[in-house]
Amino acid sequence: MLLELKDLKISFDTYAGEVQAVRGVSFSLDKGEVVALVGESGCGKSVTAQSVMGLLAKPAGRVKSGSIKIDGVEASTFTERQWEGIRGKKIGMIFQDPMTSLNPTMTIGAQISEGLIRHQGMNKKQALARAEEMLKLVEIPNVKERLHQYPHEFSGGMRQRAMIAIALACNPELVIADEPTTALDVTIQAQVLDLLKGLQQKLKTAVIIITHDLGVVASIAQRVMVMYGGIIVEAGNLKDIYYDAKHPYTWGLMNSIPRLDRTKEDELSPIEGTPPDLFAPPAGCPFADRCDWCMKVCRTDMPPIRQVNETHSAACWLLHEGAPKVVSPLVRHGDTGAAKAKGAKRG
Amino acid sequence: MADLIQIQDLKKNFHVGTGRVLKAIDGVSFSIREGETFGLVGESGCGKTTTGRVLVRLYQPSGGKIVYKGKDTSTLSKDESKEFCRDVQMIFQDPYASLNPRMSVEDIVAEGLDIHMKLTRAARRAAVHELLELVGLNKEHAGRFPHEFSGGQRQRIGIARALASKPRFLICDEPISALDVSIQAQIVNLLMRIQKELGLTYLFIAHDLSMVKYISDRVGVMYLGSLVEVADSKDLYANPMHPYTRALLSAIPIPDPDLEATRQREKLQGEIPSPINAPPGCKFSKRCPHVMDVCTKVMPEMIELAPGHTCACHLYTKK
Repeated sequence: MLLELKDLKISFDTYAGEVQAVRGVSFSLDKGEVVALVGESGCGKSVTAQSVMGLLAKPAGRVKSGSIKIDGVEASTFTERQWEGIRGKKIGMIFQDPMTSLNPTMTIGAQISEGLIRHQGMNKKQALARAEEMLKLVEIPNVKERLHQYPHEFSGGMRQRAMIAIALACNPELVIADEPTTALDVTIQAQVLDLLKGLQQKLKTAVIIITHDLGVVASIAQRVMVMYGGIIVEAGNLKDIYYDAKHPYTWGLMNSIPRLDRTKEDELSPIEGTPPDLFAPPAGCPFADRCDWCMKVCRTDMPPIRQVNETHSAACWLLHEGAPKVVSPLVRHGDTGAAKAKGAKRG
Repeated sequence: MADLIQIQDLKKNFHVGTGRVLKAIDGVSFSIREGETFGLVGESGCGKTTTGRVLVRLYQPSGGKIVYKGKDTSTLSKDESKEFCRDVQMIFQDPYASLNPRMSVEDIVAEGLDIHMKLTRAARRAAVHELLELVGLNKEHAGRFPHEFSGGQRQRIGIARALASKPRFLICDEPISALDVSIQAQIVNLLMRIQKELGLTYLFIAHDLSMVKYISDRVGVMYLGSLVEVADSKDLYANPMHPYTRALLSAIPIPDPDLEATRQREKLQGEIPSPINAPPGCKFSKRCPHVMDVCTKVMPEMIELAPGHTCACHLYTKK
């Protein structure tokens, strides 16, 4: 087991009170696995990833309880120095916006070398040679010239490639990619995703990809975790989530995105309302206020995580034996009649 | 249906120092019919936002004509000009940057009313309340300030502001791209409902092709300042002609793992070149998988390949 989170709770202390950003997240990750964390802004997906890197904004952010185990070692109590030995070496990170996360005053070559010099004890010359290799690996043309250029001389897509090169330079076992393609145009996004997928298969690195784009998830991930209001509401393999989702939030998410393979006549069904306030999170299910199937118990008690099958789990009271049977409102591709059962809604 | 607005050979150049010219819009022509939604898509830097801004006269065009209701907008009298401004309104991309943080919602929404209609205080307030209800907010919100609202609610305020002067034509510049997925659908459904209720015409600018397909009747695809293809929304997605449109469509990941795994991609090499001192010929020629000799020399013209489906590509030029 490469990574194991158990009942992780993270809070931020702000002038307005305590924000409970992550409220009990548990999952594990094997070597070489690609997992996607999906959810809307404020659902806690980025904070979860930051805690795995020891990058929570200090002193406001803190791990309140629970454990983070990296290769079996408890990491939530690591000192800053211990984290420095992990970051860049064992775990690489790809950030969303390559313009603001690369250092504008350092050449690309020097930025790739940094980790190599620190973690692998290379000298400058060796590190630069390895940096050149890395740039070739991420398919940047004219490597010799590019190595000595600054980030502003790179286009958005190339900056993101350079960032991938930095993240992979020390052969990390895990790469965390936080919205790696959100700032890119679609044709460039397709190139970067292909690259990431290819490299992952070649190097067998485990990847946690954080995104809100269900299309990106479908093209790259093996496993999906859907987060909402600081908890994981549903987790499973791609097929579990895309074809057999059990949680109303996942249904809502799927039905609120327009799709190229559908026509205008299939009306979009948005999820009404807004996400819960994490200053004072609800006692029950965080999705209760926006859920069409909300029952009394949903407002008072947090639903336990139930196993649907070996790989698939969801936290919803509808999965309780005593709950009314509901039909998923998801329309499957090529499926026109049956699944449009909007009558299944309880209004 | 009659054309509400016609754009003829529109050009907009920006001078970027040392004699260099950035051709943000380089000869774009299209027309929008009364009551329809025309979608304009393309990647960043293709000139779609500039087109919207020229239309609403935030920028002066460098060349070409905009004909609104049969009149050239560059020769409008002062009164006609005011009427044009009332008729044509804009919804902006970033709901965090486009609302003045020091104004109350009531004052933000009423700005158009103050300029175009002289209302008594009570009538102004009543009008604001009506607008807020139209966009799914309520009148208690009128006294609050923008920072008290979420992104989706802010965008509703922006829509209420645009609707205040009773416009006929709305330019929506990426109105949903700053919002979360579940909120995007709320705003799009709101825009479509308002269009039906008030009989508005939309220019919907976006980079998200699936959303544009969903909301638009006709779609125009832009690349580096030029329009490369225009067609009915269904037609464009079912039968894309221009190599760029095809590549753009196939680059969008579909949220369906089985489809995604079996899908054939038309891959594009390289990135969008700089629009400063662009080379002659077809602008897409550098990245096009079907590039021919003629493409690097002659700019292809828009030709009608099927009724209502035009495309600018040498692949379809008759020998």
